[in-house]
Amino acid sequence: MKTLSRILTRLGRGTIFLARTLAAIPQLFVRFGLVTKQLHSVGVHTLIIIIVAGLFVGMVLALQLHYTLTTFGAEDTLGLLVDLALVRELGPVVAALLFAGRAGSALTAEIGLMKATEQLSGLEMMAVDPIERIIAPRFFAGFLALPLLAAIFSAVGILGGYMVGVDLLGVDAGAFWSQIQDKVDFYDDVLNGIIKSIVFGFIVSWIAVFEGYDCVPTSEGVARATTRTVVNSSLAVLGMDFVLTAIMFN
Amino acid sequence: MFKSIELSVGVFVGIGLAALFMLAMQASNLASLNNDGSYEITARFDNIGGLKVRSAVKVSGVKVGEVSAIDYDTEMFEAVVTMQVDDQYQQFPRDTIASIFTSGLLGEQYVSLEPGGDEKLLGNQSEIRHTQSAMVLEQLIGQFIFNQGSDKKDDNSPF
Repeated sequence: MKTLSRILTRLGRGTIFLARTLAAIPQLFVRFGLVTKQLHSVGVHTLIIIIVAGLFVGMVLALQLHYTLTTFGAEDTLGLLVDLALVRELGPVVAALLFAGRAGSALTAEIGLMKATEQLSGLEMMAVDPIERIIAPRFFAGFLALPLLAAIFSAVGILGGYMVGVDLLGVDAGAFWSQIQDKVDFYDDVLNGIIKSIVFGFIVSWIAVFEGYDCVPTSEGVARATTRTVVNSSLAVLGMDFVLTAIMFN
Repeated sequence: MFKSIELSVGVFVGIGLAALFMLAMQASNLASLNNDGSYEITARFDNIGGLKVRSAVKVSGVKVGEVSAIDYDTEMFEAVVTMQVDDQYQQFPRDTIASIFTSGLLGEQYVSLEPGGDEKLLGNQSEIRHTQSAMVLEQLIGQFIFNQGSDKKDDNSPF
């Protein structure tokens, strides 16, 4: 009972916090430099891990699928399967998980440390709203960065699949692309994947900034909050993925 | 310092947009769709089998358009299939035959048009008179078994 009321209280605090953050977003456009700076730390620094992971995921997918498809003599559909798997599922989900581990944890630790060293209270003393100045730019930058990262992940993954499938295993390059362009639908497949990554970006950024803002302001509290960010946002992404898939593709 | 941050963020957003563009143009069917220049033909079938909206419309195996709507006419008890054909393929005679075929043994179904010899052409909103329904595998198997059964009976009959 006590645990339940604690969870519900936290959820309520998180929602109020989210509403205040969203209300502060229109003012960001006046000073967009704040968002640019956060895009740098959240987006640019995550780029390398996304590109490398995407490349390897695409390459492994091509290897595994090729092994199974040759038993049916259907290697020509390799590109189609790699593309669909990446665009619909793996791109948004794996990019979101990596993003939670790489950028979400950093956001939480940074904000938590600001709270522990009383920088947030300092801002309040100077009549600067920390939500407007610190939280909102970080939240908005994460929200913008993840869809771009997921698209990069999928695109690089397809190229990785092409490298292994066509250059290494000898699938016909023309069949690889023509199957993709014939069967992958822009609205049903690609656009739904992008919508997924937008939702994931929202969830992961929300959890990351809230855990940081809400942490116990000690070194142990910051450590716990960082762990919670990664665990909770990974679970939220996977759970939300099931719900979104059920809505979109039935 | 701030300039270099702006530059790297610009590069990041540029790569992201390029990836989106690649997914749209290279890795999906967006580039092959052009819905602006097309005209409409309808055809009535007794049975459309597994035909779906957005199935292909082909002539001699070349894709010329796609199915845009499938309705059921409650007065004639027939399926009405509406197709959008690209404007560049205007020259179909009035007595063109529309049939529903399957690509491969278990592949997707599509509408195949076979041009006839009439001098008048099919225009926008016109209807194809001659149609051939989809081949339903279960029906064929049923007929085959039925024929086998009746053949046997014939063999055993004294007449």
